[in-house]
Amino acid sequence: MSKLDSKIPEGPLEQKWEKYKSSVPLVNPANKRSLEIIVVGSGLAGASAASTLAEMGYKVKVFCFQDSARRAHSIAAQGGINAAKNYQNDGDSTYRLFYDTIKGGDYRAREANVYRLASVSANIIDQCVASGVPLAREYGGMLSNRSFGGTQVQRTFYAAGQTGQQLLLGAYSGLQRQVGLGTVEMCARHEMLDVVVIDGKARGIIARDLISGKLERHFGHAVLLCTGGYGNVFYLSTNAMGSNVTAAWKAHKKGAFFGNPCFTQIHPTCIPVSGDHQSKLTLMSESLRNDGRIWVPKKQGDTRKPNEIPEEERDYYLERRYPAFGNLVPRDVASRAAKERCDAGYGVGASKMAVYLDYKAAIDRYGKTQAKKLGVENPTAAQLREFGKQVVEEKYGNLFEMYEQITGENPYEVPMRIYPAVHYTMGGLWVDYNLMTTVPGMYALGEANFSDHGANRLGASALMQGLADGYFVIPMTIGAYLSKEIGVKPISTDHEAFVNAEKEVQATIDKFLSIKGSKSVDSFHKRLGKIMWDKCGMARNEKGLKEAIAEIRALREEFWRDVRVPGTNNELNPELEKAGRVADFIELGELMCMDALNRSESCGGHFREESQTEEGEALRKDDEFSYVAAWENKGNHTYELHKEELKFEAIKIAARSYK
Amino acid sequence: MSHGNMNLTLKVWRQKDAKAKGQLVTYPLTDISPDMSFLEMFDVLNEQLINKGEEPIAFDHDCREGICGMCSMFINGQPHGPKRGVTTCQLHMRSFKNGDTIVVEPWRAAAFPVIKDLTVDRTAFDRIIAKGGFISVNTGNAQDANNIPIPKPDADAAFNAAACIGCGACVATCKNSSAMLFVSAKISQLALLPQGQVERVARAKNMVAQMDAEGFGNCSNTGACEIECPKGISLENIARMNREYYMANIKE
Repeated sequence: MSKLDSKIPEGPLEQKWEKYKSSVPLVNPANKRSLEIIVVGSGLAGASAASTLAEMGYKVKVFCFQDSARRAHSIAAQGGINAAKNYQNDGDSTYRLFYDTIKGGDYRAREANVYRLASVSANIIDQCVASGVPLAREYGGMLSNRSFGGTQVQRTFYAAGQTGQQLLLGAYSGLQRQVGLGTVEMCARHEMLDVVVIDGKARGIIARDLISGKLERHFGHAVLLCTGGYGNVFYLSTNAMGSNVTAAWKAHKKGAFFGNPCFTQIHPTCIPVSGDHQSKLTLMSESLRNDGRIWVPKKQGDTRKPNEIPEEERDYYLERRYPAFGNLVPRDVASRAAKERCDAGYGVGASKMAVYLDYKAAIDRYGKTQAKKLGVENPTAAQLREFGKQVVEEKYGNLFEMYEQITGENPYEVPMRIYPAVHYTMGGLWVDYNLMTTVPGMYALGEANFSDHGANRLGASALMQGLADGYFVIPMTIGAYLSKEIGVKPISTDHEAFVNAEKEVQATIDKFLSIKGSKSVDSFHKRLGKIMWDKCGMARNEKGLKEAIAEIRALREEFWRDVRVPGTNNELNPELEKAGRVADFIELGELMCMDALNRSESCGGHFREESQTEEGEALRKDDEFSYVAAWENKGNHTYELHKEELKFEAIKIAARSYK
Repeated sequence: MSHGNMNLTLKVWRQKDAKAKGQLVTYPLTDISPDMSFLEMFDVLNEQLINKGEEPIAFDHDCREGICGMCSMFINGQPHGPKRGVTTCQLHMRSFKNGDTIVVEPWRAAAFPVIKDLTVDRTAFDRIIAKGGFISVNTGNAQDANNIPIPKPDADAAFNAAACIGCGACVATCKNSSAMLFVSAKISQLALLPQGQVERVARAKNMVAQMDAEGFGNCSNTGACEIECPKGISLENIARMNREYYMANIKE
């Protein structure tokens, strides 16, 4: 008997959540006042959960490592947020959003969770608009929608290219309102460094005040981890510099299983690496693939400038390989195809690790239609170009500007160079239907959990999940646990579990500072990232993964022997903060490789070279791998695999084809 | 590839903690690539300092794509440096010349005390938002989103005001250390939307009161904030905030 109980309610799929809500135990208002909840992370999931729980009457404490809750990396999401509103009358429904998400995730997500996500999606938009989020509008005053990858309806709500920013600031303002009312205590510039578990239940955390360096003990009847994803294990990613796995990893070490750690999303349209100094990668919105054409030269190692390569010597490889979807294939497919061309020696740019994203055809096409619209007869070539550029600027101006700012090249004149980059992690802490981890009282929300995106996330779904978990799911599901905790008095932080946890954290900090080795934290992080990217990145194979595991173990040993962390503990010390995060990334990296090694099928973002069709497409093995891999930490860098079988009752599993 | 051909002299503000006396320290830097961002140039410098056994420079940064608002360097007398419309993390070394001397200081304002080196405390902004930068709608209260039609020009104007990233460049550049561009952006966003009408009066009064209590200065309309704002927040917002504030006091 597996230890994993997903606690999916009985009944037909479309009634599970409604029935659950009607039957979940409640906590009365007087009791809520005496229950304390700790929320770690202040992004969409954390801020929305904290403000909603505080509105309900719970006592809430929020922690974030940034200087303000408003900095969380949800802010950087560009494209939009999906919701099954069917405002466009194009046949959208809860079921269709559910279906698209399950299919997009390559049939590796839990049906009941995804259906719930789809069914609360419409409420999210209502809540955001009511709280003053300025989503894009049409001239009639109604909300506007755009299309996004992997769907045939227009269900994506947006605020120019800053949807994440506007949604986060909306959630942040709700949070600040509660701070002002005294129902939320905000602890910014604090980093959670351990979970305190007493009698098998999460009862608090150890946090470090990043300014004074002081360790603090905080009690909570429940602990919510809303700490985002772990893409920075690759060193270079589209994540913020501070995004890390530490909170989730500490929870994992205290008993929370880690679900599908190898499921990472590589986004196809990022600005390529320009040199060893590179600290992060910048995403160019997926929407650019609507009008841009992706190509490489037909000749290997072609050193000509892009505009000197004639049409017949260009290989529009996505259009060639996937005539039905062309440049609009899903993210995982587009990323792998770019890698395939570059590995085969057709890459472009100084590094040869890039492909062209070309707007010339779009500029020509828009130029002609614009000339007609303006009634210009017999326009000159220069006029046509100018008209075309104007249209493209209106649609994508801010992205083109960003590209030019970073690369120093003008994308209206020269094709952009793009390459895939790590963007999102579908894996995360394993949670049940209540979003509770395998440690009672400890929850994981948003990107920090594994639950809704399977092996590949569709665009505009991350914001949806973060807010669904925070605004609508956890406020209901936490009652199932807290209703049984009303008799529990706050536990003194002098309890030995708190004392011991703090001692351990202090010992680790002391250790970092005492090594006084010869190499910086960043140098280790870069080396870890290279191993992960080369061997556990867009394509994985048994040999490479085994090598990676050995290399990571050696790196870990070297790190603990030779890292140099300057400064002291009693001050703002960014190097010390990074040391803790990189130490955890090294451990996680090993587990990711183990998970990738175990899953000898290809699915979604996880491509095992041994499992592909004759045409080089991903080959899923549903008979063997239709399960969630949940890893238990057995200590001393050993892990035990538990499996949660995925049952598909509403949806018939099929192979994904974009040909 | 990582090595470039730029040689620079950096003069960086070093200050041990909030109470210590700070000073500018000179660091020569060689082989900088014009493709590096300004913060990546600091990464290179910090790596060198660590390897030499010295303490690296503390500075705030996070997303490095110009949206989180955390980076905050005062470069050659300008917040976020010489380029318009960008944050420090989006400023690239190609905006400088080989041989340049670059002076880097923290944001300077009484309401933004220095924590260490280039890191300052901007929690005053959070406290101002907590006094009224929101609409009091509990989760679950909302009606259907399209039941509140909003004219596109109003929605667009609210969006433009909402684009503020809360970095504090407006305060840093203002000779009075005024926070009026920041505060007015939030007041404007909510005053322009129908959802924000109910609390309009209280919002203007309470946010302005908190702004004053934090020790930010007054606005004397020099307009430096608008020029230095990486997100192009308009001075019009300050005019709107003043109107909101006067109206609030009259209505009282």
